[in-house]
Amino acid sequence: MAIPLTWYLILAAALFCIGFYGVLARRNAVPILMGVELMLNAVNINFLAFWRYVRPEEPVGQVFAIFVLAVAAAEAAVGLALIISIYRTRKTINVDRIDLLKG
Amino acid sequence: MSESIFNLTWLIPLPPLLAFFAIILFTNRNKRLSSNVAIGAVAVSWILSWLVAITFFVKPELVEHPFDVVVPWIPTATTTFNMGVAVDAVTAGMLFMVGFVLTMIFVYSSGYMTFPGHLDPSLNTDGLDPRYSRFFAYISLFATGMLGLVVSNNLLMLFIFWEIMGLCSYLLIGFWFEKKYPDPKQITPKEAGLKAFLTTRVGDVLLMIGLIFLYIQAGDLNFQTVFSGDTLQRIAESTVNLPFFGEASWAVVISVLIFFGAIGKSAQFPLHVWLPDAMEGPTPVSALIHAATMVSAGVYLIVRMSPIFVAAGHGENGAMTFVAFIGAFTALFAATIAVAQNDIKRVLAYSTISQLGYMFAALGIGAWVAAIFHLLMHAFFKALLFLGSGSVIHGVEHGHHHANEHGDHDKGFFDAQDMLNMGGLLKRMPRTGWTFIIGGAALSGFPLITSGFWSKDEILSDAWANGHALVFWTLAIAALLTAFYTFRQIFLTFFGEPRSEAAAHAPESVPAMTVPLMLLSVFALAGGWVGIPEHFPGLGALLNNPMGRLMGGQAEFYKLHYETLPFHVFPVAVSMTVALGGILLAWLVYGRKPLKAGEPDPLQVWLGPVHTVLKNKYYFDEFYHATVVRFARWFADLCYSFDDRWFIDPIVDGVGRVGRWVSNALRRFIDEPIIDGAVNGAGLVTQAAGSVVRLLQTGQVQNYLLVLLLTVLVLLAMIQFV
Repeated sequence: MAIPLTWYLILAAALFCIGFYGVLARRNAVPILMGVELMLNAVNINFLAFWRYVRPEEPVGQVFAIFVLAVAAAEAAVGLALIISIYRTRKTINVDRIDLLKG
Repeated sequence: MSESIFNLTWLIPLPPLLAFFAIILFTNRNKRLSSNVAIGAVAVSWILSWLVAITFFVKPELVEHPFDVVVPWIPTATTTFNMGVAVDAVTAGMLFMVGFVLTMIFVYSSGYMTFPGHLDPSLNTDGLDPRYSRFFAYISLFATGMLGLVVSNNLLMLFIFWEIMGLCSYLLIGFWFEKKYPDPKQITPKEAGLKAFLTTRVGDVLLMIGLIFLYIQAGDLNFQTVFSGDTLQRIAESTVNLPFFGEASWAVVISVLIFFGAIGKSAQFPLHVWLPDAMEGPTPVSALIHAATMVSAGVYLIVRMSPIFVAAGHGENGAMTFVAFIGAFTALFAATIAVAQNDIKRVLAYSTISQLGYMFAALGIGAWVAAIFHLLMHAFFKALLFLGSGSVIHGVEHGHHHANEHGDHDKGFFDAQDMLNMGGLLKRMPRTGWTFIIGGAALSGFPLITSGFWSKDEILSDAWANGHALVFWTLAIAALLTAFYTFRQIFLTFFGEPRSEAAAHAPESVPAMTVPLMLLSVFALAGGWVGIPEHFPGLGALLNNPMGRLMGGQAEFYKLHYETLPFHVFPVAVSMTVALGGILLAWLVYGRKPLKAGEPDPLQVWLGPVHTVLKNKYYFDEFYHATVVRFARWFADLCYSFDDRWFIDPIVDGVGRVGRWVSNALRRFIDEPIIDGAVNGAGLVTQAAGSVVRLLQTGQVQNYLLVLLLTVLVLLAMIQFV
């Protein structure tokens, strides 16, 4: 046990924050989607870390991680499709200007 | 066996009714088929009628047990109106006449209803009237009415059939409703139909009131109940206090009211004005409805109701005296008008009124049997005369067409019914001419051989024997005039030289028209032989008066006065003298030196202003126009003013105005400030709140996520530190 659990958690939290910062700060929709991918992977690290350190006899964490990967792939596909669709109608993918729901 | 034949009685009015519906619903596109359906149906009725009538005639003892069958019809609270048929001697006699005359006239109509002259000839496709089928539908319905009236055994059914006939009369008088005349004062068929309907309505309303009184008094309208001794005694003895007239028995009130129905239907004075104008209808209709059957329904009604009239008493103020007076007066009054008429059908119309007056006079003096006898005989010979006149008119119209085709196009109005345009038609139309002369002789009462002589003679003898001298002389003078105007008509129409191109070219009518004429003329002559009085020298003993025996027996059954009169020379001599004298007078005036074209009527020259008065029918139409019609208009105007200007409309308008005022007030003080304020206020508050809150909604997903993050952080902080 050379590396304690905490390190993994700090890594995952840092990764999540970087991803979340990207989601909040970027104007372009494609990097926002990339930020979401970072956040999902941060969660995956958490799952695997907790599985390995807390309850290695049950592979629940692993299964979840695989689910998240599959869902992330689907999410990326759908997200990119939406971005292309938005681009076709509005000629932009700048999220500041995609504000149809403005009250 | 013979009894069971009477079970067919209720079937008699049905075939024409079925024919009516069949024509209206199915066959009306096919004119020939429609007329055949109608004729077939009425022929079935004729056969049934004669079966029933002759069965009755061969068993005279049946007068003591008239056939009567009843089924319940309309249940009321405590009683039931019954529906049923009855056959007694009167019904049998009427069935005999009606069935035959109906069939003859239906056959005649199939030939008569050709394309009428007043329509645009370009519409003529098949030479028949455009409404040929409808005509047969109407007369079929009429046949139902007449046959039903004769066989019904109660006054309610009788009244219903009576009104059906009135309806058909209206429809058929106005059958050529589009016809117009150049003279706007001449009555058109449409107006004539309305006039007939409204005039008879006066009588019908009074009749209905009479029936209601009778129902109240007798409790039933069945003939058997009404004529039972108890009922008659009750209505004769119970009295009612009338305004103006004082006390009168119910029998008098009811019988006078019922008589007014007959006055309307049979065109007696003072409701006679509609019948001459009813001649605007097609001639078969005039013959059928306005001579032979419907107008005699009035006489039939009084014949039926005679027990009540007798119960009302023969006294000075009795209903019978009233009937006799109206009848005798009308007989003379109408005969004088007929003398001065030039329209071939109008002469016959006035003669019909006059002859119906004869029948009422006979009923009024108690000569019940003689009245029935004259009713039946008159129907035969008057139907014959009318059909003959129709044939003449047809011929003259064709002659007019024919004359116009060859050159001289006279587009002026030509009156094919004016006798002054005729003359010499016997040579052109021998069958029509001779049958018309037979009918005319019967109407005049040509002695010994014609039916009219025997029936009229019986009325006169009865009047003489029972001491009604006034009635006797009135009727005798009327008979003289009758013979005069009838032969005036015959001489003007059939003898001398033609007075117009149309008459010179008139062709004889088709067999469908002449054959019924010939069959009817047989009855016009021989029909009277069944009623020769027993005591008439020679002939009486030979034929034994079967008619008098049968009807006399029936009269006794109804407890009416009947006696076989001893033979008096005087009335017979008077009757012969007036008949022959009238004919002689007519010959002297019109026969000896026939009228030339353009010559005025010699009577007009001699009588001067009297002739003008007669020609204008004593100005009765003008009088009614000035009084009744004007009053009705004034009254309608008054009602209109009352309704539209003074009372009803102002009330309605006032209610409307108040309603408007109230709702205006409600709107201004309740609706607008309170309800609208609340609704609008709610909307405004929502809008204001929305305009503030909407600022949060930027539409930027990243803003939302930022808020989400902050919220999570705050929540985490709360979990951590609180």
